Amino acid sequence: MGYIIESLRQVFGAAPRKPTPETQTVEVREIYRQKRGKGTNRRELAELIEADTTRHRWRIRRWITLILVNLLFVISYHFDVQLVEGALTASRVVGFHFADLNSALQVMLAYKHVVLNLVIGTSTVLVLWWLLGGRTFCSWVCPYHLLAEWVEPIHLWLVRKKIIKGYSFHRGTRTVFYVLFALLALGTGYTVYEWISPTGIVSRALIYGPGLALIWVGVLLAFEVFVSRRAWCRYVCPIGMTYAIVGAVSPVRVRYNVVECKHEGECRDVCLVPHVLSMTIKGRSPDVEVDVGSDCTRCGMCVDACPTGSLRFVVKGLEHLL
Amino acid sequence: MKKGLDEQKFLSACIKCGQCVQVCPVEAIRLSDMDEGFGLGTPHISARDQACDFSCDGLQCVLACPTGALTHDIDYPAQSRMGFARLARPSGCLAVQGKGFKGLARGPGFRGKLRYDEVDRWHAIPVAQHPYDLELCDLCVRQCPIEIRRGQCAAGHPPSGDPNQCPPRRAISLEPITTADGRRAMRPVVHDGCVGCGVCEMICPVEPAAIVVDIDRDADTVRG
Repeated sequence: MGYIIESLRQVFGAAPRKPTPETQTVEVREIYRQKRGKGTNRRELAELIEADTTRHRWRIRRWITLILVNLLFVISYHFDVQLVEGALTASRVVGFHFADLNSALQVMLAYKHVVLNLVIGTSTVLVLWWLLGGRTFCSWVCPYHLLAEWVEPIHLWLVRKKIIKGYSFHRGTRTVFYVLFALLALGTGYTVYEWISPTGIVSRALIYGPGLALIWVGVLLAFEVFVSRRAWCRYVCPIGMTYAIVGAVSPVRVRYNVVECKHEGECRDVCLVPHVLSMTIKGRSPDVEVDVGSDCTRCGMCVDACPTGSLRFVVKGLEHLL
Repeated sequence: MKKGLDEQKFLSACIKCGQCVQVCPVEAIRLSDMDEGFGLGTPHISARDQACDFSCDGLQCVLACPTGALTHDIDYPAQSRMGFARLARPSGCLAVQGKGFKGLARGPGFRGKLRYDEVDRWHAIPVAQHPYDLELCDLCVRQCPIEIRRGQCAAGHPPSGDPNQCPPRRAISLEPITTADGRRAMRPVVHDGCVGCGVCEMICPVEPAAIVVDIDRDADTVRG
């Protein structure tokens, strides 16, 4: 229960809770006590990172999955295989209705009808992403995520070279946008978010051919390169927010173990949503083992980046079976 | 296809997935782009390029639509409402001029398709593979899917053997007229059975087409 509440707090924009000594377990306090005064040897850390042969393991798996899923849509249409018909907003997967939760919500708010096919489609998708981890959709399926991930190094380089200054916004902005998009759909009768959704635009462009709408996607990417790192996914996208809520009750999580952690923040540097990794800061973990909150996209970048194996994927409830 | 749904409702109900695009056998449906108004990602038909010829018979796009933006209340071509045809440029019309037509309706480079039952009952073929030789041009009437179905029903062979497929009303016919200079000719007249599929606009051999489909009208609004 604590996990769900803390996850949702962070999803809506609150800062991660800082544990006080009273809310920390005796075990974790003892571990922190033993680590006291022992700074990390930078060279030792660099050697650890150098020796890590699995630095891109999850990223490779994820990129392959993301490209394959999107390719499946394209192939199904162009070669008439009929495995996955439609686009990421709504589809039939071997005949079964699938509907993106936020797209379906937008349509139902704008249309003011409960459409049975969408109820079926959203139920299927809800169960699927509940099982797979909620925002797993973002990093493992969303094609905009991949584009944003590819231009992200340019932004980081520009900031590092002090050519530009990177801006960040309050994460609560996303909650405001979420309510705004819902109200706009309800009030105007148009699915306003669907009109600007880069996920929908890129998905349709891949399947049905490119169009002028890609200019908008270019504008978003430019904003992320020159102004604010991963701004769309962090501060705007209601799809990510919807799946983050689903993910709060999902069994697929990244789990943190404090014992070997060097607290150097390699994981937070690569993370799309670094607030979920606040427990990796020295002294900030409430327990020896903690699950990363549901705003996490389960991209595995932190698992790849961690030189000490302190972060790993777990399926809650299956730990003892596997 | 948006019978009973006005444009606003259609736009609100469409989830922009393109499943209608995928099932259309003649690829008549395309998704709108950003410069085409508020309907980004929603389907439309450019009849002059590729009209809906109902060669799927079963309104596949309606069946494919997950949200009912293409309303699920209709089962047969005659019930659909896509627009309403209008003889926009009578002076260009070959029938009005009393002229025949010989050759390819839209030239050899035209990529649009049409199902010709007498050629292939199941598949549409390129219009560019089907030359005509007509004493008086009647292409808009001859190729009208509603009129073709009415003809089949009159001959006792409704499509798929289903009498429900028979359109109750005429969509278009050629009516005799006398031209200004006293000659006798024919003029296409659109009736309230027209569903706005656009085949007449696609097949019209003159440039620009003499007959066009208005998408802001349909048989119901015309009939009142």
